Amino acid sequence: MDQVTQHNTQQAQRKAAMAVLAHAEAGEIAARLRDLTLPAHQDLRTPENGLVMLRGRVGGDGAPFNLGEATVSRAAVRLASGEVGFGYTLGRDGEKARLIALCDALVQSRDFGGLVERSVIAPLRERLMVKREQAAAETAATKVDFYTMVRGEG
Amino acid sequence: MYVAVKGGERAIENAHRLLANARRGDQSVPEVTLDQISEQLGLAVDRVMSEGSLYDRELAALAIKQARGDLIEAIFLVRAFRATLPRFGASEPVDTGAMRVQRRVSSTFKDIPGGQILGPTFDYTHRLLDPSLAEGFVPETPATAEASTAPTPRVTDILGRDGLIESSPEAEDGASVGDLTREPLNFPADRDLRLQNLARGDEGFLLAMGYSTQRGYGRNHPFAGEIRFGEVEVEFSAEDAGFAVPLGAIELTECQMVNQFKGSATEAPCFTRGYGLAFGQSERKTMSMALVDRALRARELGEEALAPAQDEEFVMSHSDNVQATGFVEHLKLPHYVDFQSELGLLRKLRQEFADANAPDAMKEAAE
Repeated sequence: MDQVTQHNTQQAQRKAAMAVLAHAEAGEIAARLRDLTLPAHQDLRTPENGLVMLRGRVGGDGAPFNLGEATVSRAAVRLASGEVGFGYTLGRDGEKARLIALCDALVQSRDFGGLVERSVIAPLRERLMVKREQAAAETAATKVDFYTMVRGEG
Repeated sequence: MYVAVKGGERAIENAHRLLANARRGDQSVPEVTLDQISEQLGLAVDRVMSEGSLYDRELAALAIKQARGDLIEAIFLVRAFRATLPRFGASEPVDTGAMRVQRRVSSTFKDIPGGQILGPTFDYTHRLLDPSLAEGFVPETPATAEASTAPTPRVTDILGRDGLIESSPEAEDGASVGDLTREPLNFPADRDLRLQNLARGDEGFLLAMGYSTQRGYGRNHPFAGEIRFGEVEVEFSAEDAGFAVPLGAIELTECQMVNQFKGSATEAPCFTRGYGLAFGQSERKTMSMALVDRALRARELGEEALAPAQDEEFVMSHSDNVQATGFVEHLKLPHYVDFQSELGLLRKLRQEFADANAPDAMKEAAE
């Protein structure tokens, strides 16, 4: 694998992990991490709350426009081995942002990447999928089945 | 002119203490929690997020509690709060086509790919008060069915494939996205600013404006091409991370209104569009928004703009309920000096009137 491909693969992995973590509660992530022996790490940026302007598109697919803001919390964590992780999440839960940053740093680590994927990300992804499938099944039950009334002969 | 009034401090302090008690109500009744507001008054929370222009369910619930259920007061509180936080930047535009749909209906096509999905709706309820809800109601478990993995394309995309509807305007290269929270509003305003204004605009105002177009004040023959509600993922291009990071999901309602044709000597006639988008489940809001968005395009589409809903300065200057309530409610504040001068002027005018209308005899006598 050349360097660019490797970089892109790792970025895709990090993004996929973040997409799961952003949907989990801070407590769920913390509980999963508690069972692991983690490497030394420190806050590179202590959690900070702020706003992100959410954008839509005219007609759903046209030019962007500003819809309204959302609260966002962010943090950054560095492992003793040098990997820097970033955590971003909707809401104002700084601890959750810090835990996401820690996971993002671990995902990039040669020694811990596999472990954090197996022990933290995968089970949380599983839970998220179950929740989504349940919601989709409940939604599907409200889908209209049209039928045509056939008039009798005559 | 306003005068600083002194001497009211104690009265004000005591009034706020009384307010705190009135807000709490009878203390033998359990206090309402933010979770209860968020879970059981969810549509009020959605409205406060939309018009407060801040997506944060917990803060909106707190605002509703603090405002004693006065939603415009709650919206005011949320707007004031957002001024206390720094802005990290803007999200990538959300993709409503990839929405995890919880409801999706079209009044233009019965058989749309992905189907008509009713979701949690008041439609088709009989609007009869339900006494069983008064206490201890436990709803039945929702029914389930096998979920389809078929995509749910936007109805406008389907019409667009045959060229039957105008396409959405593309962003011009290098054009920045207008932001009315950062720059003062100037007219004429572009569609990005108009949509931002409508998205945070008062639902009641937009409803009345949209309704006026249906009643003939700027008629544009609308069909609800599609209304969809569900979750979309949000991504933010984080400079430090160096790529677009997922932030989680938000709930949105989108309305695609399909309207009467336009065409010209060089362009084949096609349907035109109005667009509505809002936080949470806000169908009335997005439908009204889409009607008004279409009405405000009168100039662009070469229509005569005679109705209030087609007048962008009128609509955009009066849609914001925080601004509106500020100006209306400021009339409560002391205007004592103002009023004294009006009173003086009125007395003078009345004296002049009395003098001018005095019987001639008296005038002559006076002379």
